[in-house]
Amino acid sequence: MPAAPEAGNSLSKEDAIEVMATVVETLPNAMFKVKLETNHEVLAHVSGRMRKNFIRILPGDRVAVELSPYDLNRGRIVYRYK
Amino acid sequence: MVLKSQEEIEKMRRAGRVVREVLELVRSHVKPGATTLDLEKVAEAKITELGAKPAFKGYHGYPCVLCTSVNSEVVHGIPSKKRVLREGDIVSVDCGAVVDGYFGDAAITIPVGEKISPEAVRLLKVTEASLQAGIAAVKPGATLGDIGAAVQGVVEAEGFSVVRDFVGHGIGAQMHEEPQVPNFGEAGHGMKLRTGMVIAIEPMVNVGKPDVRVLKDGWTAVTDDGSMSAHFEHTVAVTDTGARILTE
Repeated sequence: MPAAPEAGNSLSKEDAIEVMATVVETLPNAMFKVKLETNHEVLAHVSGRMRKNFIRILPGDRVAVELSPYDLNRGRIVYRYK
Repeated sequence: MVLKSQEEIEKMRRAGRVVREVLELVRSHVKPGATTLDLEKVAEAKITELGAKPAFKGYHGYPCVLCTSVNSEVVHGIPSKKRVLREGDIVSVDCGAVVDGYFGDAAITIPVGEKISPEAVRLLKVTEASLQAGIAAVKPGATLGDIGAAVQGVVEAEGFSVVRDFVGHGIGAQMHEEPQVPNFGEAGHGMKLRTGMVIAIEPMVNVGKPDVRVLKDGWTAVTDDGSMSAHFEHTVAVTDTGARILTE
C-alpha cells in the first residue's frame, strides 16, 4: 500500500539530527572536517546565518552540527561554542 | 529509519510469503463476472487460515484487507460487490500481512480474461520491468535516487508516466516507516541505502499523464486523464550483496 506524502514532510529540516562535534581541520570552500562524539568524522559546511555574522571557526572549536538523515557523512555547523 | 536485524527480516519474510500466497490465490479468482468483494473475501479467509493478520484493514480507517484498483484506478480502490470485473479490464491488487508484529506488503496487476488490449499488455510488462529495475538498483551505498531513476527510466522510455503523488516506503514493525521511496528521482541523490534497511518499492504507472486525484470515498486514487494505470510492488531487504525480495 503506497504512502501518500504531504508536501515536503520528510524532507524538512526538522528531521535533521543535531550533535556535538569538534573541528578537526578547515578545508577549502568553507568546509570543515569535524569529529563527532561518536568518533565519526564528517564533512560539514557552515550555516548561512553563521556566515552572515562572520563567525570564525578554527580547529579545536566545539560546534553543534546538524546531520541530514539522508547522508550521515555530511553536516551543517549551526553553532560555535566559546 | 530503522535498521532490521536478521531475525526481524526473517519475520518479515514470513509475512511476505503470506502476502505472496494470498496474491496468487486472488489471481486464480480474477475472471469476468467476479466482483472485487469476491477477491476481498478469499483474501481475508486465506490470511486468517495462514495465521497472519491483515495489514490494511483499519489502517487510517481503511475498511478492507485488499486494495483492488480497476483500469484507471491507480491505488487504494476499495473492494465492492458493485464492482464487477469485465473481460479486458486490468485489476491492481495490493495486499499487506502482519506476522509476529512484522509487515509484508506487495501488489500485482492482473488481466481479466484473455483479451486485454495490446496497450494494457505493454503497460503491465513495463510496470513489472520497472519494479525489477528498481530492485536491481538496490545495494548498500546506492541511494533512493538510484532506485527512483531506474524505475522512471524504464517507464518513460516506453512513453508511460510515473505517479508522483504516492510513493514506496520503509517497512518493518510499522507498515509505513521512513524513508519515502519515490518512483522517480536522480541517480546519486537522496538517502543512502544500508544493509538492514527494508523498503517497499512500488511503481504506479499511467498510460497517460502522471496526475491523479482521489475520489469522494477518501481513498480511491484515479488517473486525472482517465488513462489506465498499473501497480507492482515488492518488499525488499537491503543485504551486503544487493536486494533480497521478501514477498516472492
